[in-house]
Amino acid sequence: MPKLLTTEQMAEFASSGCLFFDELIDEQTNKEFLDDIGHTDIDKADSVNDFYKNIKATSSIPRIPAGTPLKEAFPKNSPLDKIFKNEVVEGAITSLVGSNTIVDHQFLHITFPTKYFNQANQRQMSQANHQDSTIDPRSTFDVQLFYFPTEVTKEMGGTRYHPGTHLRIVNEMAIAKYQNILGQKSIVCKPGTIGIFHSGLWHGAGVNFSENIRYMFKVRLQPTEKQELLWDPEKKYQPLPNRALYWTDETKDQTINDILMRPYPWQEADTNRLDKINVVKFWRLLTGHKKMDVDYWLTRIENELY
Amino acid sequence: MAKRQKVLVLYLKFPSLEAEVISWATFDGTGKKLHMTGDSDTPPYPTGLDALLDGWRLFQASQAIPEQPGEEYRTSYLKHEFFFEKLEEGDF
Repeated sequence: MPKLLTTEQMAEFASSGCLFFDELIDEQTNKEFLDDIGHTDIDKADSVNDFYKNIKATSSIPRIPAGTPLKEAFPKNSPLDKIFKNEVVEGAITSLVGSNTIVDHQFLHITFPTKYFNQANQRQMSQANHQDSTIDPRSTFDVQLFYFPTEVTKEMGGTRYHPGTHLRIVNEMAIAKYQNILGQKSIVCKPGTIGIFHSGLWHGAGVNFSENIRYMFKVRLQPTEKQELLWDPEKKYQPLPNRALYWTDETKDQTINDILMRPYPWQEADTNRLDKINVVKFWRLLTGHKKMDVDYWLTRIENELY
Repeated sequence: MAKRQKVLVLYLKFPSLEAEVISWATFDGTGKKLHMTGDSDTPPYPTGLDALLDGWRLFQASQAIPEQPGEEYRTSYLKHEFFFEKLEEGDF
């Protein structure tokens, strides 16, 4: 049975644009995946192109036409089939993009270590910050699932990401000029970790300063149904009542509204209020409660009497 | 002796040089240091004013552009962008 996300996890996704499941995939499946792609050490990799060519020629990772249902995408009992049938992975996907999601694309990202660049006499640079695909003003969102089959240490330059950026509408590499952004994070994880990003989340690959090759397998998934209360099929969710603003009562327990209203260190003093408004609008879509609000951000500006 | 330009781009919390740095980029035309995305988690200066105090010369600042009618709540790029330079002399 798919293990659907909790309302707290959905609020976390609405606020930060990402969720992580540490060491979710078991050691045996990680090993099968690495064996399947012919994982080796860097001394045996002569060129990036040849390395990819070899994986494409020998691994069980299929060519998936864009728009293929996820359920039909991977060969039965292949490592990727097992990963997508994991109850937590299936539950998270169902909660975010539904049970009839389709594959947009997949890719095995490989980041070579310094030794390779030295041998090839090439400059080793990180990948610039970007938002995937193209400018995307939809309310519908896609998700990108990241699978890390090996441990990723800090030196390995795991995927850099910027929590809370997913609702900013930008045009792909047009954010490359932001070399560093306050609050930036890089994935450091144990083998078998799964990350799920909102398709709008700003990110980029780091530099691999270790001795080992770093892998990250990514699949972008699209919904085929409205993304409303998919994690709560019995529709039990009810918005919380208004609370006092500014002159607040700190003795009250933290609620999901605190998750939704979390500030991020990179947000400007003016625009961070719009970021909050957009999180509330996103939560309205996810919950189907068209008039709900958090901390009066939308109620205030919707009180139009003329 | 040749001259080379170093460029520092700071994105600030609000459109005044007193504001805190929230994003930054450095490009070193002397070739002494190769900067790249994700190379530092700590801003080079706490505020734009601190960059001035350290000798960086401001040469461009973003303008205040009113939001497009109907798009007032749309969020996008970082707004408060300031370009600084330093010129360095040496044998490059």
